[in-house]
Amino acid sequence: MTAGPYSAKVMEHFMNPRNVGEIDGADGVGEVGNPACGDMMRLYLRIEEGRVKDAKFRTFGCGAAIASSSMLTEMIKGKTVEEARAVTNLQVAEALDGLPAVKIHCSVMAEQAVKSALDDYAKKHPG
Amino acid sequence: MAKVFFDHISTTPLDSRVFEAMKPYLLEWYGNPSSHIHDQGQAALRAVDKARSEVAALIGAKPGEIVFTSGATESNNLAVLGTAEEAGNGKRHAVVSGIEHFSVMNALIPLRNAGYEVTVLPVDRDGLVDPDAVRSALRGDTALLSVMHANSEIGTIEPVAEIGRIAREAGVPFHVDATASAGHIPLDVREVPADLVTLSSHNFYGPKGTGALFVREGTKVAPRVFGGFQEMGYRAGTENVPGIVAMAAAAAIASKEMGHWADHLGRLGKMLWDGLSGIPLLHFTGHPTKRLPGHVSFWVEHAEGESLLLFLNVKGIMAASGSACSSNLRGQDEEDLVASPVLRAIGVPSDICTGSITFSLGKGNTEEEVRLALDALPRIVERLREMSPTYLDYQKRMSQGG
Repeated sequence: MTAGPYSAKVMEHFMNPRNVGEIDGADGVGEVGNPACGDMMRLYLRIEEGRVKDAKFRTFGCGAAIASSSMLTEMIKGKTVEEARAVTNLQVAEALDGLPAVKIHCSVMAEQAVKSALDDYAKKHPG
Repeated sequence: MAKVFFDHISTTPLDSRVFEAMKPYLLEWYGNPSSHIHDQGQAALRAVDKARSEVAALIGAKPGEIVFTSGATESNNLAVLGTAEEAGNGKRHAVVSGIEHFSVMNALIPLRNAGYEVTVLPVDRDGLVDPDAVRSALRGDTALLSVMHANSEIGTIEPVAEIGRIAREAGVPFHVDATASAGHIPLDVREVPADLVTLSSHNFYGPKGTGALFVREGTKVAPRVFGGFQEMGYRAGTENVPGIVAMAAAAAIASKEMGHWADHLGRLGKMLWDGLSGIPLLHFTGHPTKRLPGHVSFWVEHAEGESLLLFLNVKGIMAASGSACSSNLRGQDEEDLVASPVLRAIGVPSDICTGSITFSLGKGNTEEEVRLALDALPRIVERLREMSPTYLDYQKRMSQGG
């Protein structure tokens, strides 16, 4: 493949996204973004014993949005809830070998999706 | 892997005959037309004169009405700003269609800053400008009317002959940006009462960096580039002789062959259009019949434009999109991502997820390439939809009988 606007890592995740789908009866669901702005991500988490046991996503968006979603699910799987909440957009972008400046907001969307899903989890599992 | 270029609206490949025509003016005849006492300069001057006649012939103009420029952007800037400046005291109003190119739209910024009023004409859902709306927009103080011949994104061909007659009656200089259409469909300034017409070499199989502005005899245009006396005083600077020779060669070829190209592209375009009609939630844009040959544009729901382009490119198919996400990947931040104003002008809803695609075919494309695209696109759309939360919701709504 010829070099496009994205890193090889972004293209690899865009072409073969990990963890696409839903989790029935997910412990936490987060939804961020807005299709009118070009992208939207929904993240489903299965949480067992304080750890992210499974993560699935569905994303409408550009190459960077899909790759960020895919990379994020890989990064948070196995992490404790606290560790997952601490994942930053820059870590996602870095793991993808960088994103164009105009696409940094896609990694921000991924970070916000985890926080949103964990907030949902916290609401459903108080205490 | 197959390389299928379906983005001829952005640029066209150089015709090899054009390359052969320009080659001597790169290597052998490098003279400057302004230094024409010696043989080198004479050869260059004669070549530019001959080129002017050939480019004029493409649109039925007189040679003296062709001003060579660096391309369509410069021609559009010259037409808009040069005409406004010459319009005289009190004429501080401009009228343009809402789907003009950035090089027309953004040329209005300094005019607005100088206190000009600008009327932007709406277009209908097919992208057509209503001649009656033009008639009511023109006023005694209107300095300029600009309506393009054909739109690059949605392919619609505007009724420029009728609009031109209205402008003529009102005594308003009429500029037609023919960047997307020239060399592909006929445009004859003896029938279309345009006073200024923009032409772009690389949009009809010539090289980049050369364009022209037709300035009808008697039309007043102030220069934008100052210096020597080249181009009848309209545009200073040493002529791009190889580019001008090449543009003329491309114009001469197009004059002869455009009918044949249009037949070929019309067939391929229909094949593509028919094949795409089978994709659910796909909406064609632009006028169904008044459109550039071989130009097929549409938007699909629940798949984003840049993702569609990336997947198509992986399959070796190169196309364009008006979606914001693919608009400016070299920009500084997301503020630099802007959805196409043309899609907004024709009412493509921005509140649902859309991916717009423009397939613009060229004379070198084949049926086999159209089949490749028709094979690839439905799968790509399906794949992206399966990933989209909005499509999931849509399917749930449908299954609940919504």
